[in-house]
Amino acid sequence: MAKTAEQIRGDLLRPVFESGAGYWLGVGIAGSMVLAGVFAFSYQVYHGLGVWGLNWPVFWAFDITNFVFWIGISHAGTLISAILRLANAGWRRPVTRCAEAITVFALSIGAIIPICHLGRPWLFYWLVPYPNERHIWPNFRSPLLWDFFAILTYLTGSTIFLFLPIIPDAAAARDLTRGWRKKLYAVLSLGWQGNPKQWHRLESAMHIMAIAIIPVAVSVHTIVSWDFAMTPVPMWHSTIFGPYFVTGAIFSGVAALILAMAFLRKFLHLEEYLEPIHFDNLGKLLLTMSLLWFYFTFAERLTTWYGNDVSEMNVFWTSIRQNFAPLFWTMVVCNLIIPFPLLAIKKLRTITGTCIASATIVIGMWIERFLIIVPALEHKFLPYAWGTYRPTWVEDTLMVAGFGMMGLLYLLFSKLVPMISMWEMEAGVRKAPLVRRPAVRFEPGGATAKARVADPEPFATDVSR
Amino acid sequence: MPHKWAMVIDLDRCTGCEACVVACHAENNIATAGPDQAARGRAKHWIRVERSWEGEFPNARVRFQPVLCQQCDDAPCEPVCPTYASYHTPEGLNAQVYNRCIGTRFCANACPYTVRFLNFYNPQWDKPLNLQLNPDVSVRSVGIMEKCTFCVQRIRAAEIQAEGEKRELKDGEFNPACVQSCAPKAMVFGDLNDPNSEVSRLARSGRSTKLLAELGTKPNVTYLQQDSWQNGKNG
Repeated sequence: MAKTAEQIRGDLLRPVFESGAGYWLGVGIAGSMVLAGVFAFSYQVYHGLGVWGLNWPVFWAFDITNFVFWIGISHAGTLISAILRLANAGWRRPVTRCAEAITVFALSIGAIIPICHLGRPWLFYWLVPYPNERHIWPNFRSPLLWDFFAILTYLTGSTIFLFLPIIPDAAAARDLTRGWRKKLYAVLSLGWQGNPKQWHRLESAMHIMAIAIIPVAVSVHTIVSWDFAMTPVPMWHSTIFGPYFVTGAIFSGVAALILAMAFLRKFLHLEEYLEPIHFDNLGKLLLTMSLLWFYFTFAERLTTWYGNDVSEMNVFWTSIRQNFAPLFWTMVVCNLIIPFPLLAIKKLRTITGTCIASATIVIGMWIERFLIIVPALEHKFLPYAWGTYRPTWVEDTLMVAGFGMMGLLYLLFSKLVPMISMWEMEAGVRKAPLVRRPAVRFEPGGATAKARVADPEPFATDVSR
Repeated sequence: MPHKWAMVIDLDRCTGCEACVVACHAENNIATAGPDQAARGRAKHWIRVERSWEGEFPNARVRFQPVLCQQCDDAPCEPVCPTYASYHTPEGLNAQVYNRCIGTRFCANACPYTVRFLNFYNPQWDKPLNLQLNPDVSVRSVGIMEKCTFCVQRIRAAEIQAEGEKRELKDGEFNPACVQSCAPKAMVFGDLNDPNSEVSRLARSGRSTKLLAELGTKPNVTYLQQDSWQNGKNG
């Protein structure tokens, strides 16, 4: 890639400043999905949780499925970005920003769902440990409280991790814009001047965050799995759940990342930045995760089968042979049978191929979470207390709203920050140290005019080699 | 010495009349769900009578087992509650503090006996049931969990009465509604810390079993039966 810094900035900032009708259509669709969710939630709060399909004994279903699903999606971004940064993989550069954004947004959605699912959602803050008029602390033995802290930590960490590399880009945008955007970028850039001391600090901070975020990410989905594994429910009470969930999370997260990248590539016209090599590399990672997922699923099922515990076998057979068999085998097809050839055969590991595989995996992993939760709750120990579950329109709408919210946040974010880190792309195309100057003034609505600004750094290198 | 409240249910005596279920509803202000909601699995019965059939027709027999909160010593519902709504009292009761409950329903999932119930809607009573609400028991609002309390309001009332009269509680002085209403006297309630109480005596019986004992929840409800129907032998 022989693009100059000016070209890179022009290419990457153009979609930030210019929006077509398609963009607003997208915002409209995603926004209506979110509004539908707001309506459904209000309806639920007004009437009570009975408007959901939950019953005795299925007290969790779509709600927690979606919770685990979105927390899982959030595991691609920051984790992959951190690993690729630490490994100093050159091809990471156009991938990291959109991956980190997925994490922050998916995690936000994942964090909202457990609040909506409460019987009394307006009291969710009772999970926060603060000196209160109730004279009681939250119960630190409860996995839900661990969830609360793990998700909060991960959300804070990944927001910082997303924000740090935005600083230089925000400074560049600040120097190129006027009006409210200039004010906004002035705040976001935290007074960034681009001097060597600042670069040094930025890189140290990013390095620290990249290392710190990996154990946090692993802990988050382990703790999510413990919401199930810490209870004596058949097929939940399992030591394999921690790593099984982490694997599933990264699996679905990488799939979501590939889909998001393909989307950005098409609609923001980033063909020259998000190249087939990126999809190829992520496709290999997805293949690895697919096989790992199958390994865990196989190990879990086989040990349960050989264990032959009465209560566990009820859940086992209901998901493999009986009511849930269609869903179970759809999951296997979606997570292994379709993706495996698409990702294993080099000729098929194209952008289209990886996208098809990713789409089926996202569906398959949603089903996986549903199959972990519902069959087990339907068939606990006492057959007298067995039940069945069917969702209502309220749960369906809230689920759709989750996807709408992801789309909406992503679309809005793409108008504030370039979806590919400009300075990292620039750093990728030249050998000189990371010292740069503001060089391009952007004229909203027009072409990118080049107006050189006096260079504050005496040793700044010429980037247009 | 603190009390340790426990119950013994003699399955060989139970006739499955469900008087305990009705008494429990009346005593504890348990709202009826109505046929439509009940069909959707929203019925609330703090105590239920499970039926199971043994043998093949015509040599079939039905066995009844009243199942209520087992008031476990190691209750799976307690550690999972983030707000201490599910709480172990010093007397070993498995309390549900309604005002603390935010409705995560984690306790209901964790309970292997499935004896916890969510208020899916605000409770309503068809007339004239609204006139028989028990003033000693709070009515639970939408979104919170509820379950058998061993009629804690009766326990408290008796304890306060005895304390006022400066005497010890007598065995059998009071009973939960289900025990009180059990015509064949299949249910016995009392203090397990008193070795001479009837409940202690019966709990030591050779017929005693615990429901799902293998889970290690240490229930305070003991079932008596001649031979375990789970073994497939007709007692």
